[in-house]
Amino acid sequence: MIAHAIFFYTFSIIAVVSAIMVTASKNTVHSVFFLILDFISISCLFIMIGAEFLGMIMLIVYVGAVAVLFLFVVMMLNVAQQKNQWFAGQTTSKHIPVGLIISTLIFFEIIIVIGGWKYKPEIFDINNSLANTSVSNTHSLGQVLYTDYIHVFQISGMILLVAMVGAIVLTFRQRSGVKKQSYIKQISRERAEGVEVLEVQSNKGVKIDD
Amino acid sequence: MTEIGLGHYLTLGAVIFSIGIIGIFLNRKNIIVILMSIELILLAVNINLVAFSIYLGDLAGQVFTLFILTVAAAEAAIGLAIIVVYFRNSGTIRVEEIDKLKG
Repeated sequence: MIAHAIFFYTFSIIAVVSAIMVTASKNTVHSVFFLILDFISISCLFIMIGAEFLGMIMLIVYVGAVAVLFLFVVMMLNVAQQKNQWFAGQTTSKHIPVGLIISTLIFFEIIIVIGGWKYKPEIFDINNSLANTSVSNTHSLGQVLYTDYIHVFQISGMILLVAMVGAIVLTFRQRSGVKKQSYIKQISRERAEGVEVLEVQSNKGVKIDD
Repeated sequence: MTEIGLGHYLTLGAVIFSIGIIGIFLNRKNIIVILMSIELILLAVNINLVAFSIYLGDLAGQVFTLFILTVAAAEAAIGLAIIVVYFRNSGTIRVEEIDKLKG
């Protein structure tokens, strides 16, 4: 139990500090790196609590795909050098107290909910833990994912397809003046427009493209 | 203190959620950091779902975390594509200068 506590506090402190650094870092590239650190520590927490499959998927999807996508866009747009103007801007400082008030309110609301639940724990029966089952986490997740939640699973596949098509359509750009291979033009070419048989007289030669 | 329960995980989720909200409000740099704050908020939701799923012994929370992950990835891809197009058209993604919608 002590080890559980030590690991929980270590990873959660790393997660919270890196979450703060995501929003507070001056350089956007550093923000992305702290986001990666945040995801890694949270996935360590997931693995520790017993949700190994989700922890690994989190590593693959977030660190492997989403964070790299962020990094790619940040570097492509070359905005990494824009300096942060927290608390320094003149026209924008009116947002800061509003944001602080709203976020502390949200935080205390959630804490109140958690505290109320903590002092009345008989609402939920938390004794039937998943750790008692004989099959592994991935196995049990697969058993419900492809049976009970199959339609939601397929809809999430459709969401990914739509996102892919949408991203490609959004960033697609037709440039003018670029020479490209046109298959239709190549295939639909006929002999009459490509080849011409000429009578060549001696000592005259042939004039092409007149 | 040494007994880690559901409340600890929920508190961690609440802290990260609030940091995400703060990041959205206080951000003065560019929109990409706002997208990252949204990712933080979704991460906090995932923490809550997984913690409840483990401590209540119900797998539905983990399944829905999987779907939230899917939607978050799609959202990040679309959002970044929009940002790229906007940067190409207007040359800036600073938060104060994006005022085409007059909001």
